[in-house]
Amino acid sequence: MTKKPSEKSSGASKDPTRRRKVASGAGVPSAVAAKARPTTSDMVSVSLVVNNVHHSLALDPRTTLLDLLREHLDLTGTKKGCDQGQCGACTVLVDGRRINSCLTFAAMYDGAQITTIEGLARNGALHPLQQAFIDHDAFQCGYCTPGQICSAVGLLAEGRAKTADEIRELMSGNICRCGAYTNIVAAIQQAMGQS
Amino acid sequence: MIGFQYARAGDVTDAVRLMAGDPRAKFVAGGTNLIDLMKMDVERPSMVIDINRLPLKEVEEVPGGGLRIGALVRNTDLAYNALVEERYPVLASALLAGATQQLRNMASTGGNLLQRTRCHYFYDTATPCNKREPGSGCSAIGGQNRMHAILGASDACIAVHPSDMCVAMAMLEAMVRVTGASGERAIPFAEFHRLPGETPERDTNLSAGEIITAVELPPRGFATNYTYLKIRDRLSYAFALVSVAAGLELEGGTIKEGHFALGGIAHKPWRDPQAEAALRGQPANAKTFALAADIFLRDAEGYEHNAFKIDLARRCIMRALSQAAAGTPQSQSSKKIV
Repeated sequence: MTKKPSEKSSGASKDPTRRRKVASGAGVPSAVAAKARPTTSDMVSVSLVVNNVHHSLALDPRTTLLDLLREHLDLTGTKKGCDQGQCGACTVLVDGRRINSCLTFAAMYDGAQITTIEGLARNGALHPLQQAFIDHDAFQCGYCTPGQICSAVGLLAEGRAKTADEIRELMSGNICRCGAYTNIVAAIQQAMGQS
Repeated sequence: MIGFQYARAGDVTDAVRLMAGDPRAKFVAGGTNLIDLMKMDVERPSMVIDINRLPLKEVEEVPGGGLRIGALVRNTDLAYNALVEERYPVLASALLAGATQQLRNMASTGGNLLQRTRCHYFYDTATPCNKREPGSGCSAIGGQNRMHAILGASDACIAVHPSDMCVAMAMLEAMVRVTGASGERAIPFAEFHRLPGETPERDTNLSAGEIITAVELPPRGFATNYTYLKIRDRLSYAFALVSVAAGLELEGGTIKEGHFALGGIAHKPWRDPQAEAALRGQPANAKTFALAADIFLRDAEGYEHNAFKIDLARRCIMRALSQAAAGTPQSQSSKKIV
């Protein structure tokens, strides 16, 4: 594997799922794979937009969306907790819907729009949910918080949760080992009131 | 995770052709179960065929009053589909009882049918498991078997099927549409999943190389008198110890037709025609429900840690049928059981 000079050296560089950045830059993705023809290859070409920035990469197909974000794009706000879809720390928004980025291959998101915790603030102003988490002290260690907030952004967009019970049920994919649940529900209720 | 080839299929024909070329290939849709198992080294496909571009994403009405659900319809989209909410609310409820919103946003209808068991030993490659490695033995029979089967198990395997969605589909008598190299066919839901017998490595009666394209629901949806009752160790995001999908058609206080299927207790969603026959023409009361439950559980057998499930299943059947008869389905957000 040849490494570009701009890439960081790390002990993990032998891992083929890491750091094979080909090109990235601002823009909008071209129509990807307009012709749906089966293709088979060792490395997979993926073009996607993350937080409004276009990236085109060649990836080992084992690369999860989470590892793409953290290891290839240096977007380390999205956390790896269990890496098995059980904790929700890796929650991101794909085309506006919340998913577990650890349980999916990045190659499956060719042409998608991804939003991570780094992409929620607008013009220096926090997203209402980010502000609500601060207002309600909705965390202790903070490790689950990016996933909690992205999950709550998805929850607000779904418009299905009205009561505290419904918020708890629809947030059950996000574990907080510090146990800040009471304040997390209060923060989400505040943001719901504003939306 | 071992390395694999990645291929994107553009349509069903492509998908079937790619699969025919590599018997060790796997289709991926949502990936929530397959990728988890690949990380654990339980699934080791040589090729992963991405089917997310296949045109199987619609929920359509079919002539005669049924509904066709494309295999790639996501669990969330199916649960919140207006036709499903109105005509098959037991299916919507079962979907919302399973997993989390993130997983439901990813998981597909076809993939949900093909979920593999959550038996700990199936996941733990350091232990024998006939389902993972045929002939190696079953660690659950003499091991930790709290989650395991009370009906239909064999000396080779006592694992259970983990799906909630499938329990409702079994109760509704859905049909599974599949396509393979030799063409299309439809498999009645009751015949889709298998009992373990001597071949627990086979979860379903899909033939090699076949792909699920749709699930079809018949017109009867039990939309007035139904429930999906799920009992589990946590209030949310846990697999069922016992779950019941129930639907009744009532005339006054008499049961005209009654269906119920159980999850969490067998290698497949479990229905029993004899138990349902005991409902037909009978008053919708506790005595009728108790008799149906006793018939349903007549061959139930527990193991060291799961014998409690037999009585739990009996109570769940009675409670679910009462909820259905009263027209008060179990809420999936407030967990109070009434």
